[in-house]
Parts: sequence; C-alpha cells; structure tokens
Amino acid sequence: MTARTAPLWQFRQPSVIPGFGLALGVTLSWLILIILIPLSGLAWRSSALGWGTFWTLATDQRTINALRISFGTAFVAALINVVFGVILAWVLVRYRFPGKRVIDAMVDLPFALPTAVAGIALTTLYAPNGWIGSLLTPLGIKIAFTPIGIVFALVFVGLPFVVRTVQPIMEEIDKEVEEAAATLGANRFQTISRVLLPGLAPAVLTGFALAFARGVGEYGSVIFIAGNLPYVSEIAPLLIVIRLEEFNYPAATAIAAVMLIISFAMLLIINMIQAWSRKRYGYGA
Amino acid sequence: MAHDATTTGTGNTELVRVATSESRFARYGLIGIALCFVALFLVLPLAAVFTEAMRNGPGEFFTVLSDPETFAAIELTLLVAVIAVPLNLVFGVAAAWAIAKFEFKGKAFLTTLIDLPFSVSPVISGLVFVLLFGSHSLLGPWLQSHGIQILFAVPGIVLATVFVTFPFVARELIPLMQEQGTSDEEAALSLGASGWQTFWYVTLPNIKWGLLYGVLLCNARAMGEFGAVSVVSGHIRGLTNTMPLQVEILYNEYNFVAAFAVATLLALLALLTLVLKSLLEMKYSAQIAASRRH
Repeated sequence: MTARTAPLWQFRQPSVIPGFGLALGVTLSWLILIILIPLSGLAWRSSALGWGTFWTLATDQRTINALRISFGTAFVAALINVVFGVILAWVLVRYRFPGKRVIDAMVDLPFALPTAVAGIALTTLYAPNGWIGSLLTPLGIKIAFTPIGIVFALVFVGLPFVVRTVQPIMEEIDKEVEEAAATLGANRFQTISRVLLPGLAPAVLTGFALAFARGVGEYGSVIFIAGNLPYVSEIAPLLIVIRLEEFNYPAATAIAAVMLIISFAMLLIINMIQAWSRKRYGYGA
Repeated sequence: MAHDATTTGTGNTELVRVATSESRFARYGLIGIALCFVALFLVLPLAAVFTEAMRNGPGEFFTVLSDPETFAAIELTLLVAVIAVPLNLVFGVAAAWAIAKFEFKGKAFLTTLIDLPFSVSPVISGLVFVLLFGSHSLLGPWLQSHGIQILFAVPGIVLATVFVTFPFVARELIPLMQEQGTSDEEAALSLGASGWQTFWYVTLPNIKWGLLYGVLLCNARAMGEFGAVSVVSGHIRGLTNTMPLQVEILYNEYNFVAAFAVATLLALLALLTLVLKSLLEMKYSAQIAASRRH
C-alpha cells in the first residue's frame, strides 16, 4: 500500500537481489522431502489407526508411565539446569577467574559429545561401583539405574541450552540499570532479584523450553544410566524402540504421536508466555 | 569489570563497587558452585571416558581399535558424515539466502519448520523413516520388489542423519546474513556482477566463518548421532554400525575397554570440535556473535 502500483497482496517484496526462486525452491523441496513427508507419514499412520485403537494404545499403563517418566525427568532436569545454568552464565559474564575461557568452551561439550558416549561415561561415574556412585552407596543414595540417573543424564544434555540462551542477554545488560537501582536504595540482592532476573525471564524461559524439549526426546545418554525397568525407569523413546523391535508399529506410532503432540503443545504455551513476558520485561526485546 | 575487593582507592569507587557487584563472599561462593557443577557434569564424564579406555594400558587400547568391526564402524561414520554434511550445507546456504535476503509471506513459518527436527526426539526421527520405507509401509513392497534397500542399510542411516542435522547450517547462517543486510550484494550487482559472481565473491567471503561454524556443529552431530541411526540401522555388525552404535554394542557385551576406546575417538572428535569452535569464536567473534543471539 506504500506504492501506488503495488498490488494489495504480494508474496514477496520486490528486490534487486537475484536467486529467490532457486534458493526458495531448493529450501522447500529439501524441507518437503526430508522433513515434511516423513513427519506427515507419522501423522497419517497414527490417524489410520482410528480413534479407538489410538486411545487404547496411548492409554496403555506402560505407555503412560513411560511418558510420565520422560516428561517428569525432563522437567526436573530443566529446572536444575535453569538454576545452575543461570549461575554459570552469571559467573562467566561477570567474574574473572583462572580457567574461565576453558570452562566457557566446556559448556558446549554436551552439544559436541555423542550422546552414547555421555551415557556410558555418566553410568561409569554414578553406577554403585563407579567413581562417584561408590561414595554414595554407603549413604544409601542410588543414582544410576533409577529415575534420578535419568535426571542426571538430562541435566548433562540440557545444560548448554540454558547457558547459551541466557549468557548473550546477560552480556547486554546495561550497567546503568543496576546503578539506578543502587542509587534508589536497593541492596544488591534486591537489585538482582527484582531488576536483573525479571529482565532475564524471557531468555531463561527459552533456555528452559529448549532444555526441556531436548530432555523429553533424549535417548542415547539415558538408556545406559536408566536401568530401563518397565513402569519405573523406562523412558518413552525407549518404549518406542522396544515396540519397533516387537514389530508393533501401531503402538510405536501412537507413543510417538502422543509425544509430539504434548511437546508441540508445551512449546506453544511456552512461546506464548515468552511473548507476554518479553512485552512486559526483557532486555533487547 | 575488574573491580576487586582489594580496590581501596577513593571512597567513591569503593561505593560503586559495593553497589553494582556482589560481596567477595558471594562471588567466591557462586564461582565455587559453578566450578563444582562443571566438574561434576562435564569434566568428570570426559575424564571417565579416557581413564576407562586406558584401564589396561595403551597396548590394549590400540589392539581393540584395530578390530575389523570397529574399523568398519569408523569408515561408515565418516562416509555418512561426508554425504550428510554437504547436503545440509547446500540446503543451509539456500535457506539462509531465501530467508535472510528477501521479505516474503510465511517467512516466520518457514523458519519454524526448519527448526522442527530440533524438537523431535531422535528416536521419532528414525521411526518416521521406518514407517515410510518399512515392509508394512506403502513404499516398502515396491522398494523390495525392485531390490532397493533403504532401511537397515546405508541410505537409511544417511537419511536419518540428514533429518537430525537438517537445521544446523541454516540456523547459524540466517541471523548472520540478516545482520549483514543486502547492501553489499546490491553494490556488487549495480557494478555489473552476475548473481553467481555476487554470491561467490561478495556473500561467501562475508559468511565463510559462520558457515564453517555451522558445518562444524553439523558434522559433530552427524558423526555422533545415536537415537535416529539406531532405529534405522538394524545393527548389522561390520555393515550398518556407526561408531556410536558400536560403542553401545561393545558396552552391552561388557567389553568395556573396547567400548571406551571407540568412545575415546568420539570424545576426541568432540574436543577437537570445541577447540575449533572456540578459535572461530575468538577470531571472528563479530561475525559469529549474530548467530549466538538467536
């Protein structure tokens, strides 16, 4: 509507840059071929089950327990990561100490280390006869082969999501905001809890959502440490694998569909909360 | 930033320090918590991998690595990465070009779709291909009658790997290219450069470090992917086992030294990735910073 000759609706704004058709064409065909067709195959297969069958499969007690364990442990692990991830980001942004650069680089280890390697390493540490496990066994604490072990593995894989979302936003905080709070008589604790943290809320929430989403689907690092006891420490992705090995495709499809629906719904809700809180507080929004 | 508790200068600086920094006790406490957490969750697992692999000395370490099945697993892992990474590289550049250089309807939606594989469980990423190509699927019988093997063979492993590593390059490039805008390209075009010339001589040099960064992450994931590959591979020894799958098999056979020896190779790859990544971030921080703010 800016130019007189412009049509009311146009797919793209005019530009002198060439290659739009080619670039979009490659993008869309690759996207459709690799992502959309396979995923819609899953949707089609689960809808072909029929509502009754789907419901029976999805409400099977073992499935419900596995979903509960996956979502529950991922939630707890994401919460732990929010607490320690924010502390870690704060320390990396604000303080100077020897080895800081190495620690900063190490934060990305869970991104780079294959999950199976992380899984066997964590199991070695936390098994009852492992490095740390053997110290805890006399105290009656069991980590590996219990749901706590699952949480530990998910804390490992989720940590960089929180740190790497919060850290750049923390770097952008204007020192003046803190000085203003201080001149208005706030003590340090008040400044942090009432001025800085609310501003970081959208970033923290994003980090939480990413860590949580990753945790729900995580497989490689969990299966070694979990013990995989049905109804107790069996995660939903593992149950999908088990059903596949039994050639029980309908059950595998149903569990996968439920996982996807719940994950997408939660991400949608978190996105909405995020948009709301970014409007209210938020740095660089 | 370097305000230290020892600052004893004028009363004013001391006051500022107190007002906008934490007490020495709180600082050391927070650093201590952070370091303990990193040690417990990041350093110790890594140390465990190397120690367990060397448990019976370096001699056995190299003996188990020269096992032909392990060797086949290494070859397959490299092959899969060599196919999957360039495919996603081309896709990533094309997607970033379309999304960052143009304004069009549905752009936000397209970006969300590209990120989709990040929110799908690796196991589900494998499952979708089993449903598509398995013997119970629509395509399965047709493929079988034509002697085309996709599942439990290399093509299936490549497909699953491409699926999970799909967003990596695009995700790094889109924010970077958005920040760089289109003025460089417009200048080149107005001086008579063709579209391809503009891309090769103007855009590519601008984005090369960000591109390398994305490829690095994409490659780490491609070589290390476990869940998706595990579902489609069929675990045929010496044929369809990648290195992470080989780690699992050896571990489940209580062949711990061998499992950790293969794991060591993967851990070294991860460390190499981290070192290169840090070097890139240090040298070209301005170029890469954009992608870290997404």
